[in-house]
Amino acid sequence: MLRIKNLESGYGRLKVLKKVTMHIRSGEIVTIIGANGAGKTSLLKTIAGLLPARSGEILFDTKDIGNLPPEKVVFRGCSLVPEGRQVFAPMTVRENILLGAYTQYRNGKGGAVRDDIERVYGIFPRLRERERQLAGTLSGGEQQMLAIARALMARPKLIMMDEPSMGLAPLVIRDIFAVITRLRKEGGTVLLVEQNARAALGIADRGYVLETGRIIMEGEAEELLSNREVQRAYLGRDLDAEGKM
Amino acid sequence: MAGVTYGTIYAIVAIGFNIIYNATGIINFAQGEFVMLGGMTAVTLSRFVPLPVAILGAVVLTTIVGAVIEIVFIRWLHRPSVLRMVIITIGISILIREIALHVWGESVRSLPYFTGTSVTSIRLGGVYISPQVLWAVGVGAVAVALLSAFFNLTMLGRQMRACSANRDAARLCGINAGNMVTLSFMISAAIGAIGGCVVCPITYVHYDSGTPLAIKGFTVAILGGLGNSTAAVGAGMILGILESFSIWVLPAAYKEAISIAILLLILFVRPSGIFGSAEAARLKEF
Repeated sequence: MLRIKNLESGYGRLKVLKKVTMHIRSGEIVTIIGANGAGKTSLLKTIAGLLPARSGEILFDTKDIGNLPPEKVVFRGCSLVPEGRQVFAPMTVRENILLGAYTQYRNGKGGAVRDDIERVYGIFPRLRERERQLAGTLSGGEQQMLAIARALMARPKLIMMDEPSMGLAPLVIRDIFAVITRLRKEGGTVLLVEQNARAALGIADRGYVLETGRIIMEGEAEELLSNREVQRAYLGRDLDAEGKM
Repeated sequence: MAGVTYGTIYAIVAIGFNIIYNATGIINFAQGEFVMLGGMTAVTLSRFVPLPVAILGAVVLTTIVGAVIEIVFIRWLHRPSVLRMVIITIGISILIREIALHVWGESVRSLPYFTGTSVTSIRLGGVYISPQVLWAVGVGAVAVALLSAFFNLTMLGRQMRACSANRDAARLCGINAGNMVTLSFMISAAIGAIGGCVVCPITYVHYDSGTPLAIKGFTVAILGGLGNSTAAVGAGMILGILESFSIWVLPAAYKEAISIAILLLILFVRPSGIFGSAEAARLKEF
């Protein structure tokens, strides 16, 4: 579904991504783990079009989307749930959700929007309760739900999530991750970027490890979970030291 | 009653400021020029076509000018600083004024009264009012109601609000943020031109009448709280009425000083505006 070859991008003279190559198959949850500043967010922003690609290519459904602005990428069926939720704070929850359906309206599928709203309210019943509230007054967890709901309204083939667990309570994180697995069950494809590597690998099919802008490791999620190097660097466990004890 | 008429035009200019500010965070100092252009064009057109057609033509032309300004001067700027935008919009306002001077000369012009003549008056609850004042207030009220419905009930209005709330998130929803900015300049220009047409039978219009209006309108926008169009109406009335009452206690020459004094006072004491809540101000960028 998504195939990235030798992708490079960055801010100004700073090159953040160096020859990143990866792919996502339809129906998978793929996670990218890595430390702060490894380039995870930049990678998602480059795919979504917020950050221009310097070189390399991004093929989405075999078509190059590397040079498209973000508003065009969404129309191709690739949505980003940005880092830090980025809801429309001074607008109501319902308005936020309606705006997520903008691509549907433009594609002449406005009639289906009502059903789609019911669907996201089914996934996040809390949003229905808060329908008329301003998005800025929601709790962090509710804002995250709203950001995901808004992205789902565009009926994306691929949904990318940037740190959905950031700053949330463990119980809320569990809910959000349950929703991500549910999306896969319903036929969705998810690219998940997380600092919480254990939780992310727990639900993912495959994973990539990003370090200072390069992919240094890739594999099945279980494989990565049991990999010594990954455990030491990202799961806070040092098997070598434990063995000596 | 003069206070109410001027209050209406101040409110209309302030609403124009607010629309562009909400969409872009820019204060468009050429806002007063839209009012002048609307009035001037209507006066010229009214010599050839009936008054309603002339007004419609003036509004359409000014709207096009608004779009052209955005496309030529604003669109290609990549994340410009506030200071740069202020200087650019002031530059645009000088440019429009000079062009207007070239085209229309220095003479003061005016449209005929929409209904009746300058001496007609309607008795309304014990006071006599010129029908043109009612026109101005009525058109102002309808414009505010329509705008509020547009921003809150239509998808296009919501898109514009989304762009002002979070530009990147709006783009991630597929909204073309650049076009929303052009649209905000067009709406702003249109409402300015409408205002210019309805008040110019009373206040007259000449090439230089835009700048003082921009200052008054800016005062009103700040007084009501930047970005808040309903409050701008209240604030416009306050400024208009204060100005006309000031002649009783101060020489008429100080009339202009009133609005500047209010502007400074508000900026020092309560930058969020008298109707603006501190909470809403915190949600804004600056």
